[in-house]
Amino acid sequence: MGIFESILLTIATAATPLLIAAIGELVVERSGVLNLGVEGMMVMGAVCGFAGASLAGSPWIGLLAGVAAGAVFSQLFAVLTLSIATNQVATGLSLTLLGLGLSGMIGEPFVGEAGEKLPSLFIPGLSELPLVGRLVFGQDPIFYLSVILALVTAWFLFRTRAGLTLRSIGDNPASAHALGIAVIRYRYLAVLFGGACAGLAGAHLSLVYTPQWVENMTAGRGWIALALVVFASWRPARVAAGAYLFGGVTIGQLHAQALGFGIPSQLLSALPYLATVVVLVMMSRNKRLMMVNTPASLGRPFVPER
Amino acid sequence: MRIELEKRASPSQAYALLSPVIALALTLVAGAILFAALGKDPAHALYVLFIGPLTEIWSLHELAVKAAPLIMIGVGLSVCYRCNNWNIGAEGQLVIGAITGSIIPVLFNDWHSPLVLPLMLVMGMIGGALYAAIPAFLKAQTNTNEILTSLMLVYVAQLFLDWMVRGPWRDPEGFNFPVTRQFQDEAILPELLDSGRANLGIVFAILAAFAIWFMMRYTLKGFEIKVIGASERAGRFAGFSRKGMIWFSMMLSGALAGLAGICEVSGVINKLQPEISPGYGFTAIIVAFLGRLNPLGVIVAGLVLGLTYLGGEGAQIELNISDKVVRVFQGMLLFFVLACDTLSIYRVRLSLARAAREA
Repeated sequence: MGIFESILLTIATAATPLLIAAIGELVVERSGVLNLGVEGMMVMGAVCGFAGASLAGSPWIGLLAGVAAGAVFSQLFAVLTLSIATNQVATGLSLTLLGLGLSGMIGEPFVGEAGEKLPSLFIPGLSELPLVGRLVFGQDPIFYLSVILALVTAWFLFRTRAGLTLRSIGDNPASAHALGIAVIRYRYLAVLFGGACAGLAGAHLSLVYTPQWVENMTAGRGWIALALVVFASWRPARVAAGAYLFGGVTIGQLHAQALGFGIPSQLLSALPYLATVVVLVMMSRNKRLMMVNTPASLGRPFVPER
Repeated sequence: MRIELEKRASPSQAYALLSPVIALALTLVAGAILFAALGKDPAHALYVLFIGPLTEIWSLHELAVKAAPLIMIGVGLSVCYRCNNWNIGAEGQLVIGAITGSIIPVLFNDWHSPLVLPLMLVMGMIGGALYAAIPAFLKAQTNTNEILTSLMLVYVAQLFLDWMVRGPWRDPEGFNFPVTRQFQDEAILPELLDSGRANLGIVFAILAAFAIWFMMRYTLKGFEIKVIGASERAGRFAGFSRKGMIWFSMMLSGALAGLAGICEVSGVINKLQPEISPGYGFTAIIVAFLGRLNPLGVIVAGLVLGLTYLGGEGAQIELNISDKVVRVFQGMLLFFVLACDTLSIYRVRLSLARAAREA
C-alpha cells in the first residue's frame, strides 16, 4: 500500500466520526433545536461502545451499545428543552458536562485495557485493487454507514414530505403547529436521531479510530461537528465536504508532527481548533448567506398554545 | 399522558428563591441513588461528600481556596449570560491570564519589590480580557457564534501553556520537568490566617461579587445589561449598543477568569505547569446558573461547588470511589437547576392527551 493511499485512508477514518455527528446535529438544527450536547453524547457513545465491546466480547455489540447510549442520553436534553422549555444553550452545555463526567466514571475500569477493533471489510480481489481497492472496498463498516447516512439524510430532508415538514418546523413552529403538525413529536425524533448519530460517532472513536478508552477522548470533536453544521450552512453535502476537510487537517498535522519540521507539536495540535475558528468566521461574516440558511427558529423554545 | 406548560402571568418570586434549593435537594436524592447503585451506604457517602469537609478548620480553608476561582469566574459569566453572550471559554481565559500574570515571576525572578504582586494581578486580568476579546471581536464584527469560538480557544490556550512550560519557560534547573521556576516570595499571594491555606483570592472573589452586584443594581450599565438581555429590540430603542455590550461583557468575564488564573498560580501552585485548573472555567458555568445569574447567589453557589471538589477528594480516600463522581454530581446539579428554573416561568400540568383535547 502506497503512502498516498494510506494517507487517504486515515483521512477517511478521521473524517467519519465528524461526518456522522455533524449529520445528526444537522437534522436536529433543521428542526429548530440547538443541541450543544454533541460532545457529551459522543463521549458517552465512546465509553459505552468500548464497555459494551469489552463486556460482550464483540465490537458489534459495542457499536450497538454506543448508538443506544447516545440516543438515550439525548432524551435527557429532549425532555428538558422540549417538554419543559428550558434554555437550549444551557441545557446542551449541561448535557456535555454531565456526559464528560459520567463517561469518566463508567470508563474507569476500562482505562488501559486493549480494545478490539471493528474489522474492516475485505472482499478478495476487489479490496486488493491498486489505489482504489482499500479506499472503496476495504474500510471499516462505520465508514460505509456514514456515507449511507449522509445520502439518506440529504434525500430525506429535500425529497420527502416528512423532511419538508421537519424543515418547516425549524423555520416556523407556530405555523406548523397551527396546521396540526405535532411539532414537539418531530423535534423529539430529531433529537433522538442526533443522539444516535453522536453515539455512533463516539463508538467509531473507541472501536475503530483508536480502539481503547481514554478519558475525554472525543477531544472537542463534538464541538467541531457543531461548527461543521454552521460551516456547511445546514446542507448535508457541504457537511461531508467539511468533515473531509477537517479529517485532512487532522491527519496533515499528525504527519507534520512526525516529520518534525522544527514546528512545536502543540502548535500543530492546535491547528484543527484554529481551523474551526477560521472557517466559522469565513462563513458567518456573510450575513445574507447566514440569514437565508439558518433555520429561523433555531434555539428558541416553542411552547404549543392550546 | 403528556406534559403541558402554561405561562405564569408573572414569574413566581418565591419560587425564584426556592428553585436552587429544590435543585440541590433533588441532586442529593439522585446522588444517593447513584451511591446505592455503586454499593455504598448513601447516607455515609453524602456525609463524606458534603458535610465532612465542613467539620475541620483546615478543610474550611481548602474550601475557600477552591471556591475563590469559581466565584470570580462565575460572577463574570453571570453578567455575560444575563445579556445573552455565551462565553463558555472561561477555562482558556483563565489559562492565558495565568500565563500573562506569570511574566514577571518567570522572567524577572530576581526582582524583589512589593510591586510584583499587584502588577501580576493586573497583567493576569489584562491577559484574560484580551483573550476573551477574540470571540467578542469575532461576534461583534463578523457575526460569528461566540459559543464555538470561545470553546475552541480553550484548547488552543491549553496547548499554548503546554508549549510554554516545556519550551521557552521551562525551569533550566528543573531536571527537565515541564514546570517554570518557583516564583519569588514577593510573587506569592499571601495566606489569610496561620490555620490553613486560604489566601487573598477568596477576598478578591467576594469583593468582585459585591462590585458586580452593585453595578447590576445601581448603575446604568447594569440596567443596560438587563434590558439588552430581556429584549435586544428594546435595548436598541433605548439607544444601548449591542456591540458595545458584547465587548464589555466578554472582556469583563475574561478579566475575572484571568484573575482567577493568576490567583490560582500565585496562591496555590507557585509556578506554572501543564495543568493549572481542574476545570474551574467549566464548573463556573454551573456556578453562574446555580446562583441564578445573581452575583450574590454566585457566592453561595461557588461555595457549594467548591465543596463538591473537596468532598470528591474525601470520597476517594474514605469511600474508595473515583473522584470522577464529582463531575457527575456537578452535571446533574446543572440539569436540576435548569429544570427547576423553568418552573418559575411556567406552570406544569400533567394531563391525559385526550381529555385535554376535549376540554
